Amino acid sequence: MSTLTIDHVSRWFGNVVAVNDVTMSIGPGVTGLLGPNGAGKSTLINMMGGFLDPSTGSVTLDGEPVWRNESVYRSIGVVPEREAMYDFLTGREFVVANAELQGLGAAEARKALATVEMEHAQDRKIATYSKGMRQRVKMASALVHEPSVLLLDEPFNGMDPRQRMQLMELLRRMGAEGRTVLFSSHILEEVEQLASHIEVIVAGRHAASGDFRRIRRLMTDRPHRYLIRSSDDRALAAALIADPSTAGIEVDVVEGGLRIQAVDFGRFTELLPQVARARGIRLLTVSPSDESLESVFSYLVAA
Amino acid sequence: MYDPTVARLTYRALLGRRRAAILFLLPGLLLLIATAVRVINGADDQVAADLLGGFALATMVPLIGVIAGTGAIGPEIDDGSIVYLLSKPVKRPTIIMTKLIVAIAVTMAFSAVPTLIAGFILNGNGQQVAVAYTVAALVASIAYSALFLLLGTISRHAVVIGLVYALVWEALFGSLIAGARTLSVQQWALALAEKVTGEGLISSDVALPTAAVLLVAVTLGATWFAGHKLRTLTLAGEE
Repeated sequence: MSTLTIDHVSRWFGNVVAVNDVTMSIGPGVTGLLGPNGAGKSTLINMMGGFLDPSTGSVTLDGEPVWRNESVYRSIGVVPEREAMYDFLTGREFVVANAELQGLGAAEARKALATVEMEHAQDRKIATYSKGMRQRVKMASALVHEPSVLLLDEPFNGMDPRQRMQLMELLRRMGAEGRTVLFSSHILEEVEQLASHIEVIVAGRHAASGDFRRIRRLMTDRPHRYLIRSSDDRALAAALIADPSTAGIEVDVVEGGLRIQAVDFGRFTELLPQVARARGIRLLTVSPSDESLESVFSYLVAA
Repeated sequence: MYDPTVARLTYRALLGRRRAAILFLLPGLLLLIATAVRVINGADDQVAADLLGGFALATMVPLIGVIAGTGAIGPEIDDGSIVYLLSKPVKRPTIIMTKLIVAIAVTMAFSAVPTLIAGFILNGNGQQVAVAYTVAALVASIAYSALFLLLGTISRHAVVIGLVYALVWEALFGSLIAGARTLSVQQWALALAEKVTGEGLISSDVALPTAAVLLVAVTLGATWFAGHKLRTLTLAGEE
């Protein structure tokens, strides 16, 4: 059982602040590090993995600093986001090399390859692997010494749905075994499916922390904006504004539709089709105008 | 200070890449020229010394040093695959030392050995010319490997900088400006070769004690600094 502690960590590159005063503690189980692209997730994971020194603050594993301390890698396994690995080796040679660097041997490598179900392709050159196969061999190389901490940077990128499910299953199992598993992702659904605990990073700041229900609620309870076009915009507007789930409606003459701000997401999404049906109004367009992940996240930061 | 796994990976990376072709090309060319000169010209000590000095030591050794020294670590840092070495409980100076040993071995194998053979082809090691230049190539291999390994650790443009040093600094400035010759691995190695062979066939601008001190200092300094840089090497994210 290991705990990674990030204590008031900031990291800047020149004038750019990539991570801004983040404090969090990652314990056993699966934790998802969620945030839009460019939020500082990789920078944070690199600091947790000891590949980058914090500009201020400290990152420790069970009290031991991770920066400039090679011995922590006996308990940390790293799955980097970058594709590059020793392409001229076969999968087996690569995992065996990783095992040897941990002071282990071919037996452990065989076990790790079996865990990620890559035995069938282990004697092919890595250069011939698909993205999902590379990801699995990377996993095997990180698992070979059965680390108590596993750090994965965007592990599901480029995987097909079946590979994604397999990897999720594996990570879930590792979390259940009491290992500390941290993975980053910019996709809420991925994190929600896998992580029991979520840390949200937006623009380098620690925006939220908790289980996925809390995060989900934070994300859905915010005011939602919609652009709606219908066969009778004004009649629809009058009917909707009568209900407390709608806070404001503007008739957008240029766009030829209604801009609606809903405060109760659940209630509004049920109300809209009922109202339209009852009044015989045809809905032509219903599009959320601020559903991009970035706007969801920026709402979280403001909250 | 030596890790066999790191050595194996380095060695396979070095000989597996396309630029490894140059490793075979240059020695091949040297042997070809040596054979041609011998056949056309017969054995001549001065010609042997000129060819080994002008091509083998001045061009081939530094070029192979650049390829082996920078290639032992540069590509891994560039593409990020070094993370698989760095995320292991292996001391960073051990990684550097191992890579240095592999780079030296490769440079020696592809420069000193062909130099010796070419020397024997040219004049049958008359006046110890072949042995002298082989000793020089061996010594230069160590210093070049250490220098270019350091370059590969600190710069993404290691190959270019290495080539500029080897070809422009040592060859061009060396022939124009006397001062540049004092700071030249080639001249230090020549100081040793001068000691081995007899009567004025080979001459160096640097006295042997100076050359020896500089060789050791550069090799140790570069290796230490490379180890230090690797300890604090930061892998920037993709963002």
